[in-house]
Amino acid sequence: MKTLIKMREMSDNQSGIVRKVSGGGQLGRRIREMGLVPGMPIRIQGRAPLRDPVAIRLMDSILTLRNNEADHILVEVDVPEAYPFREGPTGG
Amino acid sequence: MSKHKIRIALSGNPNAGKTTVFNAVTGARQHIANYPGVTVEKKVGRVHHRGYEIEVVDLPGTYSLTAYSLEEIVARDYLINERPDVVVDIVDASNLDRNLYLALQFLELGAPLILALNMVDVAEGRGIAIDVQALSDKLGVPVVPTVARSNRGIEDLLDRVVDMAEQSPVWNPALISYGNDIDRALDEIESVIRRGRIHGEAYAPRWLALKCLEGDDQIIRLMERDASVSTEAKAVCRRVAKHTMDTLEEEPEGIIADHRYGHIAGITRTVVKRRIESRLNLSDHIDRVLTNRLIGPLFMIGILYAIYEFTFWASEVPVDWMSLFFEHLKGGLTPVLPEGPLRSLIISGVIDGVGGVLGFVPLIMFLFFAISIMEDSGYLARVAYMLDRVLRWFGLHGNSVIALLISGGISGGCAVPGVLSTRTLQDPKERITTMLVLPFMNCGAKLPLFGILIAAFFPQGKARMLFVFTLISWCFALLAAKFIRATVLRGPKTPFVMELPPYRAPTLKGLLIHTWERTWEYIKKAGTVILGISILLWAMMTYPGLPEERVRHFEAQGEEIRTTFLSRPEVRNLIPDRATLAEIDRLASELIGSLSSDHPDALKDLEDGSAARILREIFFTAPGRAEETGKTLRTAYTAYRERLADWEDERNREALLSTAAGRIGHALEAFTSPLGFDYRVNIALVGGFAAKEVIVSTLGTAYSLGEAHAPEQGFLSQRLQNDPDWTPLRAFALILFTMLYVPCFVTVLMIRKESSWKWAAFSLGFNLVTAYSVTFLVYQAGLALGIGV
Repeated sequence: MKTLIKMREMSDNQSGIVRKVSGGGQLGRRIREMGLVPGMPIRIQGRAPLRDPVAIRLMDSILTLRNNEADHILVEVDVPEAYPFREGPTGG
Repeated sequence: MSKHKIRIALSGNPNAGKTTVFNAVTGARQHIANYPGVTVEKKVGRVHHRGYEIEVVDLPGTYSLTAYSLEEIVARDYLINERPDVVVDIVDASNLDRNLYLALQFLELGAPLILALNMVDVAEGRGIAIDVQALSDKLGVPVVPTVARSNRGIEDLLDRVVDMAEQSPVWNPALISYGNDIDRALDEIESVIRRGRIHGEAYAPRWLALKCLEGDDQIIRLMERDASVSTEAKAVCRRVAKHTMDTLEEEPEGIIADHRYGHIAGITRTVVKRRIESRLNLSDHIDRVLTNRLIGPLFMIGILYAIYEFTFWASEVPVDWMSLFFEHLKGGLTPVLPEGPLRSLIISGVIDGVGGVLGFVPLIMFLFFAISIMEDSGYLARVAYMLDRVLRWFGLHGNSVIALLISGGISGGCAVPGVLSTRTLQDPKERITTMLVLPFMNCGAKLPLFGILIAAFFPQGKARMLFVFTLISWCFALLAAKFIRATVLRGPKTPFVMELPPYRAPTLKGLLIHTWERTWEYIKKAGTVILGISILLWAMMTYPGLPEERVRHFEAQGEEIRTTFLSRPEVRNLIPDRATLAEIDRLASELIGSLSSDHPDALKDLEDGSAARILREIFFTAPGRAEETGKTLRTAYTAYRERLADWEDERNREALLSTAAGRIGHALEAFTSPLGFDYRVNIALVGGFAAKEVIVSTLGTAYSLGEAHAPEQGFLSQRLQNDPDWTPLRAFALILFTMLYVPCFVTVLMIRKESSWKWAAFSLGFNLVTAYSVTFLVYQAGLALGIGV
């Protein structure tokens, strides 16, 4: 099933589709300019040794951005159905 | 376009090969200027094609044409104001989507556009096939495949340029849809603008409307020329913004960007065919290893260490050659030139000063070569990526690492090209901070002094000591940056969003060009500043000089010493006259080096002559000669030489103190004695304000090693080692002070050029205060604790 998470929370090699880019100003502009726009498929390529910045694969190239910048990007990802701690009407 | 002249502009993303295309098109016929009023380079070149003379302007590499970075504004202004006949957008075929974002903006502007589809070979290698004709049809512009690296497609490109120019194309904005809301707003604003009076021929109304919706500061200010237009347009913008925020939670600017990429995706979907659906290519595999959590940092340290070793090893031979060359030059000139101030000026002033510097050019060149390899291969971008988290904490940027490495982060370098390289930093605060801490790095100019002091006072583990000092310089640079960013240059950090280019094999030509560009900056400095300061220092260390009667006093003293020696019974019969004694003294001086290192064979190799023969007699007891006599001779001669040396020292000391430089040095002792420095060091440090390279030669001259002895590592090192006033603590203090104290003259000029007088002055003051306080603390603490004294 699909869920929306912050880019920072994605794990290495996880793919997703950008759904929302918040944050305006220079940062927002730059993020969009480089291709991080709603509808864009991306994959987390890896992270720097100190876990920051993060390297993302999109449109044939690799983009790097800091975690606090990645926080402005919401990505739709697939999570496995049987998520152990999910609460809901069908079980617990 | 006038009769036979065409003007074109080259544009494109960074890393798309724009510069390679520019070089391929213009060859050597290019020069560099500056865009007026800004520190952005403007490269202009020429080429002849089909009877036309084509002027090519290389615009700065950009991802977009907003008004928010200097490069983008410069590019945009050039296009609008200069109206080139054709705009060539260089597009990376292996990275088409993002590259088309800029192309789309040229289409919005209406510029006559030709796309150079560069690096098609790389694309093919990745299994990417592009239908050139289809791309051209969809975009409505000619598309020319090129591989600029191998000069393929360049002729075609020029053909298309000429074809287009011959048709005298009109600037015609393309119509792209950004969704209903935006499109309607655009129509509205466009008609408002048409009714008003702000647009001349320069700007198409639709483009202005688009920029207005995007919140483009430059255009909004432009529109304020007509108040009614501006008010109405702004009202529309506000209304649309509110609407889109309410319905889509996005601002118009964002929606426009989204639609541009949507438009691009629509095109590339049909035009680009991928043969291999592989998830990772070679570059990615390499990155898995090289930016790995564990291997990444280790490999990086390994590479930096390897460069350290490589530069010293590779440059050893050329540096020796250069030393030898200058030695021979001096040796050849000394007898030829008449004794006196002119000879002294040329030998001690010019050759020692400049020669010492040029001798180190090989070291710097190899360092820059190694850095170029890292840069051109793409590895340096990985270094910036890995180090960003650390550098950021100190108020710098991942990209600052390039400037730091060039300025001496590893082993030698030069802050002059280092300051220039800070142009890659977007944020002014980060750029200036980086510039201000570059002078803390151990540039090539400081290394000779360090080398001599380390050899004299820390002889075991020389490489280790140098490494320690490198670490110290980095600590100071980083802490200084943090301090500056916390006080004088506070501010938020700029976005790090950066493209990581794929690894590429550098071309030898590219490497040589990049290496040479930086090396040349250094040589220019050596040729000008160092030559000038060497001459000035020479003059200041020679004049006014000893008054007449002191000169005579010393001369008399010298005579007396010689006479005493010659009148000794055992000497009188051996050495007939002063001339022979002088000859013996000269030969003995030449041999001092070999004698002290136990090479008695050197004596045997001496030419035959009466002086040589006598010398042999003094130092070798010939068979048949009484043991006693031989020893007495040797002792007497050695004592005589020692007395001469003392006399010379005394004379030179007084002479130096009587010169302009000596007096200044002496006066400064009031400030510098708490740091352990005496007048001689002071003179050298004052000279170092102009260029650090002269510190060693000045120190050598101050210790009056005379014209015949070069202040090479050997001589000055030994001299200091044997000097009772010099201790390891003092040497350490001097190294520390030299490392930190002021940027050299040319660096200050460069800082001023790239920022302002204010920051250049700050740099001088900040460094001096830091150097003084730190050295003071270290020296006094060392004295108190009894370390290294």
